[in-house]
Amino acid sequence: MQHIISVLCENQFGAFNRIVTMFSGKGFNVHSMSIGETENPEISRMTIVTEGDDKIIEQVVKQLNRLIDTIKIVDLTEQAIVQRELALLTVFYQKGNRGEIIDICEIFRGNIVDINNKNLMLEITGPPDKIDAAINVLMPYGIKEIARSGNVVLKRGEQAAKVVHEKE
Amino acid sequence: MHTKKKNMSGADIFFECLKRENVEYVFGYPGGAVLKIYEHLHDVDFLKHILVRHEQGATHMAEGYAKATGKVGVVLVTSGPGATNTVTGIADAYMDSVPIVVFTGQVATHLIGNDAFQEADIVGITRPITKHNFLVRDVNELASIIKKAFYIASTGRPGPVLVDLPKNVINSVCEFNYPEEVELRGYKLRTHGHQNQIKKAATMIQKAKRPLLYVGGGVIMSGGNRELYLLAKENNLPVTMTLQGLGAFPGTEPQSLGMLGMHGTYWANQAVNNCDLLVSLGARFDDRVTGKIETFATKAYKIHVDIDPTCIDKNVIVDLPIVGDVKHVMAELASELNTKPDVEEWWAQIEQWKEECPLDYETNDGRLRSQYVVSKLSELTKGEAVVVTDVGQNQMWTAQYYKFNHPRSHITSGGLGTMGFSLPASIGAAFGVKDRPIISINGDGGFQMNIQELVTAVYHKLPIKFIILNNSFLGMVRQWQELFHAEKYSFTELSESNPNFVKVAEAFGLKAFSTDKPADVVPLLKEALDYNDGPVLLEFKVVKEDMVFPIIPSGASISDMITRRLDPKEMM
Repeated sequence: MQHIISVLCENQFGAFNRIVTMFSGKGFNVHSMSIGETENPEISRMTIVTEGDDKIIEQVVKQLNRLIDTIKIVDLTEQAIVQRELALLTVFYQKGNRGEIIDICEIFRGNIVDINNKNLMLEITGPPDKIDAAINVLMPYGIKEIARSGNVVLKRGEQAAKVVHEKE
Repeated sequence: MHTKKKNMSGADIFFECLKRENVEYVFGYPGGAVLKIYEHLHDVDFLKHILVRHEQGATHMAEGYAKATGKVGVVLVTSGPGATNTVTGIADAYMDSVPIVVFTGQVATHLIGNDAFQEADIVGITRPITKHNFLVRDVNELASIIKKAFYIASTGRPGPVLVDLPKNVINSVCEFNYPEEVELRGYKLRTHGHQNQIKKAATMIQKAKRPLLYVGGGVIMSGGNRELYLLAKENNLPVTMTLQGLGAFPGTEPQSLGMLGMHGTYWANQAVNNCDLLVSLGARFDDRVTGKIETFATKAYKIHVDIDPTCIDKNVIVDLPIVGDVKHVMAELASELNTKPDVEEWWAQIEQWKEECPLDYETNDGRLRSQYVVSKLSELTKGEAVVVTDVGQNQMWTAQYYKFNHPRSHITSGGLGTMGFSLPASIGAAFGVKDRPIISINGDGGFQMNIQELVTAVYHKLPIKFIILNNSFLGMVRQWQELFHAEKYSFTELSESNPNFVKVAEAFGLKAFSTDKPADVVPLLKEALDYNDGPVLLEFKVVKEDMVFPIIPSGASISDMITRRLDPKEMM
């Protein structure tokens, strides 16, 4: 089963690397990882989408906890969350189908961010399954390039808003 | 809360920090990137620098020192090859949770990444094999990083920490502030176990008909041998130990079942197989202990006490986990126990297993055997020596036949299984322990892997007794070839290529003796034990084709245990 794990870690040289090294060293699966600074510039938030049975996920969380650079680890799977990913897609157009592509982009509430004689660049934001759906629809037109940001996730509600500074 | 001081260079700060950490010995080797440190070392009098002959030797010495004393072992090497040579020792310390701090030189920060002379990304290389590591990028961070390094290495589940020191950082100057306390928001220690869990564990022990304590190296690291002794003694509980746990409970006590696992005693493994309560204390259910997980202690309710939560439910799913310092948890557990379990029948059963299949070996053919050497050594030293073993048959025979009576007496490379460990590790142990004999037990293969460190032992006149159990084979591999690989003795015979060990030792400046006669063993051991002016080497030319029994084949169940060499007729 897929799990979304949110990790607060020191915004420091090597912290990201240490987490990645742990995943590869322990043979854990990674579907996506994203990292960025939080409201506190000393702390980064990393969102990891991983897969495994309960025993593996328990180990993933414990091993993340064991790292000295990590501050808080939360498994957000099956919790009330807001989940977003950004994708940039370059799609080929022909004479006559450019309107169709723009329509599709609008249906997915995306933006056209670039155009030239051969292709359009679309920006689509949303949960990963929405981006998958957009890619599937656009595939027949010919997709030249895709860049996906990976998931960023936050928990809904008051409780999640504060940064917890201590490991449990 | 800082102690204010005058401006100091990185090199001075380095030594001032080591002084504050009460470092007695630094095992090291100089080189370009650490020249400034060595320049200052020249005038340092509060610690002793031990010049090694290879950086791998330095890390194993630091491990031996740390395991024998419980203090942090310290290594100092240069950048590039100096740093990469420490990798095996660091990995070894990581697997066996040994507190060492390794300081590596590094090229100047502006050259990092440029493929500069003697540059290696040692922080990147050692990331998966250190508890934590640091690259010091600013001299202002140096003192607090060193403080953190010692704190992380020695607390919780101990482990190696590496600190990479770029040349320009060491040469820079700043105000010296040594933090009195370490602030690490991502590193919190859990000492006391959960009270309700401990109460529940106590109830389970009281109710048990066939309880068994399964003791690992964590008990020794936590200093919990006294608590273990009381817990086991007062409740008449049988105790089996892992390779790293040997010494946690006295081997001469009747309650000790010896080692469990692949080369464990028949009765310890039968006890694991049949117990109704297995209490794991500071052990990690390693594959050499469990064999096939599905058949491991299936009848038992399992309690697991460990300071590292990642160890719990990693290999074996347990019924009752207790995260905490095993020393504290055992004390708390003992205070909760007010009635003793009824274990008379259980002990009768264990005694029966002991009679069914005792630990023994051929003694009537007049040929010299390793088991005999180790047994005699155990008798002569009364289990009081610090015994440092290498990896392979020599290690397993020592674990089986030496009766360790004290913690921190059995020093070996368990997790990583590093050949070449014993020789340098015994040197580190000899610096740390002066009042007990230090014995280094080796095979003829492993002895050659760090043989250069004999110089270090001779130069410092360390009274180490180096023993080579020479069977002219990589014996453990040979044993597997015989049992599991169609008797293809591929590249394990060393008889034609081994050096003359006595001549080699003499060239290094050791007293050395060699024999293949059982009658010589006791006199030679006595002579070596009485000689304290420097190291001695004893070469025992033992039976070539001997095997370690019992053996449970890798990944097999206890019921698949092989207890002796079968005659070809029996195998039909």
